Amino acid sequence: MTSTDTRPAGVTGVRGGAPPPPPPRTRRRGGRAPGGRPALVFLAPMLIVFGVFSWLPIGRAVVMSFQRTNLVADPVWVGFANFQQVFADPQLWTAVQNTGYFAVLALLFGYPIPLVAAILMSEVRRMRGLFSALAYLPVVVPPVVAVLLWKIFYDAGEEGVFNTVLGWAGIGPVAWLQDADVVMPALVLEATWAGAGGTIIIYLAALTGVDPSLYEAAEIDGAGVWHKLWHITLPQLRGILLITFILQIIGTAQVFLEPFLFTDGGPANRTLTLLLLIYRYAFTNSLGGDYGAAAALSLLLALVLTAFSMLYFRLTRSWSGS
Amino acid sequence: MKPSRTAAAVAAAALAAVGLAACSDDEPDDGRTHITVTIDAGLEQAAIDAFNARIDQFEEAHPDIAVETQEYTWTAGTFTAQLAGGTLPDVFVVPFTDGRGLIERGQIADIGDLTAELPYRDQYNPNIAAAGEDAEGDLWAVPIAAYGQGLHYNRTLFEAAGLDPDAPPTTWDEIQAAAKTITEETGEAGYAVMTNDNTGGWILTTVVNALGGRTEADGKATIDTPAMREALTRLQAMRWDDQSMGDDFLYDWATINQAFASGRIGMYVSGGGNYGNLFTQNALNPDDYGLTVLPLAEGPDSGVLGGGTLAAVSPSAEADEQAAAVEWIDFYYMEKLTDQAAAVADAEVKAETDQPVGAPELPVFDKATYDEQQSWIAEFVNVPVDQMAPYTSQVFDQPLLTEPVHATQEVYAVLDTVVQTILTEEGADIDALLAQAQTDAQAAIDAAA
Repeated sequence: MTSTDTRPAGVTGVRGGAPPPPPPRTRRRGGRAPGGRPALVFLAPMLIVFGVFSWLPIGRAVVMSFQRTNLVADPVWVGFANFQQVFADPQLWTAVQNTGYFAVLALLFGYPIPLVAAILMSEVRRMRGLFSALAYLPVVVPPVVAVLLWKIFYDAGEEGVFNTVLGWAGIGPVAWLQDADVVMPALVLEATWAGAGGTIIIYLAALTGVDPSLYEAAEIDGAGVWHKLWHITLPQLRGILLITFILQIIGTAQVFLEPFLFTDGGPANRTLTLLLLIYRYAFTNSLGGDYGAAAALSLLLALVLTAFSMLYFRLTRSWSGS
Repeated sequence: MKPSRTAAAVAAAALAAVGLAACSDDEPDDGRTHITVTIDAGLEQAAIDAFNARIDQFEEAHPDIAVETQEYTWTAGTFTAQLAGGTLPDVFVVPFTDGRGLIERGQIADIGDLTAELPYRDQYNPNIAAAGEDAEGDLWAVPIAAYGQGLHYNRTLFEAAGLDPDAPPTTWDEIQAAAKTITEETGEAGYAVMTNDNTGGWILTTVVNALGGRTEADGKATIDTPAMREALTRLQAMRWDDQSMGDDFLYDWATINQAFASGRIGMYVSGGGNYGNLFTQNALNPDDYGLTVLPLAEGPDSGVLGGGTLAAVSPSAEADEQAAAVEWIDFYYMEKLTDQAAAVADAEVKAETDQPVGAPELPVFDKATYDEQQSWIAEFVNVPVDQMAPYTSQVFDQPLLTEPVHATQEVYAVLDTVVQTILTEEGADIDALLAQAQTDAQAAIDAAA
C-alpha cells in the first residue's frame, strides 16, 4: 500500500485472506496517454476552466507577491519588499500565535470529538440514521447563518442563551466574545460544532469496514471496551485518522470565517488569524489594499503548509502502511 | 466511434466557448452613451420605482444618454474589491475620507474640467470642496452631502432613568454621569462605542477632536496627546469603574445602530444624519430618538469631526461616459440642493415611500442656501425635528474639523485595537498602548506616503 492509499490498514487482508497482488505498473513508452486524442479533447474544457479559474489566479498571486499594485494603476516590481514588509509587521506574529492557538485547541477538542461520537454512534443499534442526520445537520446549515446564530448564543449579557444556562448553575455571566481569554475557545467550540458532522460521517463509513470478527475474537480473549478500542478500532482507522489530522491542520491554519464574523479579529487582535491578516492587507483600506503584501503572506502560508504536509506524509509513511 | 467522440468533444468545447462569449456585456449600439449609476441596495419597490422615474426624467432631458442602475452600498471591504475588479458603476459614492487618496492614486476619473462648468462650483464651502479636490484645486469628486458627528440618545431610557430627555448632557462629565444613571436604573448600556472595522478609531478621533486634540499633524501621527489620554481615561472609568458601557465591546457601525434602535444603548456617538439608517434599516421607534451636539472643550482647537459623501466617476469610463456621468450627478444629487422644483419632487417621493425627510445634515454650500432648501421641503419633513433640536440649534456654530488625511483608515484600525484593549482588559496600561499606537500609526502613515 502506498502512502496515499487511505484504506484502513488490514481491512482487505482480513476479509479476503491474503490480499491480491497489485497490478504491475507499466509505463507506456512514446508518451501517449490512454484514451488518446479524444480523451484530451474531452479533458480540455475541464482543464481550461480549472486553469483559468484556479491555476491562473494562483500564478497571478505569485506574480503579485513581487509587485506593488492597487489593481488599477500599473503594477511596480518591488522584489522581495512585500515579504520583508510582512515579516516586519508585528501583527504577523500575533496572527501566527493566534492561528497556532486555534489549531491546538481545535486538535484537542475538535479532533477527538468526531471520533468518539462516531464510535459511540457505530455502537448504537437503533436509530443510527437519526443520530447521523443530527450530527450532520450543522454541516448543512450555511456557515454564516451558523455564526450569526451562535452570536446570539454567545450574548455576553445575562440574558444570553449560554449565560442563561450557566446562570441556572450559578455561573457567569461569561463574556464569550469580549473576554480575551475566553474568545478563542468560544470560536473553536462553534467551529467544532459546525465541522464535526462531516468528519463523523467519514469515521462512520470507515468503521463499517472494520471486520466484526476481530471484535468477536477479542471478546473471546476477554478484551473489554477500552482494549477493543485501543487495539482494534484505532489501528483499523489509522489511515483515515492520519488523513483527517493533516486536513484539520491545513483547515485550521486557514481559519477565517469564525474570527471574521464573530469578532473581526478582536478583542484587541486576540483572534486575528493569518487569513484575517491577509484579508486586512487586501481589503481593510478602502482606497485599494496592499494586494502585494496579501499575496506574499498567502504564498508564505501555502509554502509552509506544503512543506508541513510533505514532512507529515514522509514521517507517517510507515504508520499508514499495512 | 472515434471520429464521433472527437466531434462531440469539439462540439462541447465550442458550446462552452459560445457560452463564455455570451457572458460579455458590450453596450448596445444605439448611438447613445450608456452609463451605470448607483442605486441603494435593498430598497422597497416604491423607492425603486421612484428612482426609475427619475431616470426617465433624466433620459427625457438627455436623449443621448441611457442610464442603467447597479445596486451599490459603500463598505470598505467591498469597495476595495469592486475598485480592483473594475466592477464599480460609472457613478458611485464614497465617504469624504477616501476622496484625497483615490484622487492621488488615480483610482477615480479626472472630471475636473467637467465639474468646473457646474454653475455652483464656486459656491461650495471650501472645507467641504477640499474633500473632492486634487492638489491643484480641480474637483474630481462632487460633494453631495455633509454631516457633523453628534451624540445620539434614547429618550425613553433617559426618562426611565429619571433624566430629562429635553436637557441632554452638555459636558463629558454629564455624559459619564448620565450613562452611569441609565445603567443603574435600567440595566442597559448607558454609553457605548464602536470598536470594529476601523470605527473605533473614527469615534476615538471624534472625541479627541472634541477635546481639542488631533491624531495627525503635518503628516505625523500625534496619538500620544493629553486629549487622547483624557478620552481613554474616561472610557476606562466608564467601562470598569462605572460599569456603564454594557457587555458588547465589538460593535461596528451597523451593529451599534441595531443595538441603539432596539433600546439597548442610552447614548453613542455617530454621524448627525444617522437617523435615516436607524429608522429605515433598524426600525427605530421615532419617539425614542434624541440627538444633541458633542460637548466641545474650551479652547480654539476643539471642534466637531465632520464627514460626508462624494459622488465620483469610474476610472474606466470613456470621455463621453464621464460627461454623461457628471450630468447625472448634477441632475440626481445636486439639483435637489439648488433647485426648488427638484427639491420638492425629491422630498415628495421620499415622504410618499416613508423614507425620512429632514434628517439633519450640514450644508455643502453655505448656510443660507441650506436654509432655503430646507424651507422648500418643510411641508414634507417627517422626522422628529423637535427631538433633534439640541443638535440642529447648535451644530452650525461648532467648528467643523475634517478627518485626518494621511492613512486615515489604517490609523483608525490602529486605534481600534487601543479602544478594544481599554474595554476588554481591566487595568490596561494606557501609556504602553499609546506608545505602541504612536509607532504603528506613524508606520502606517509612512507606508502610505
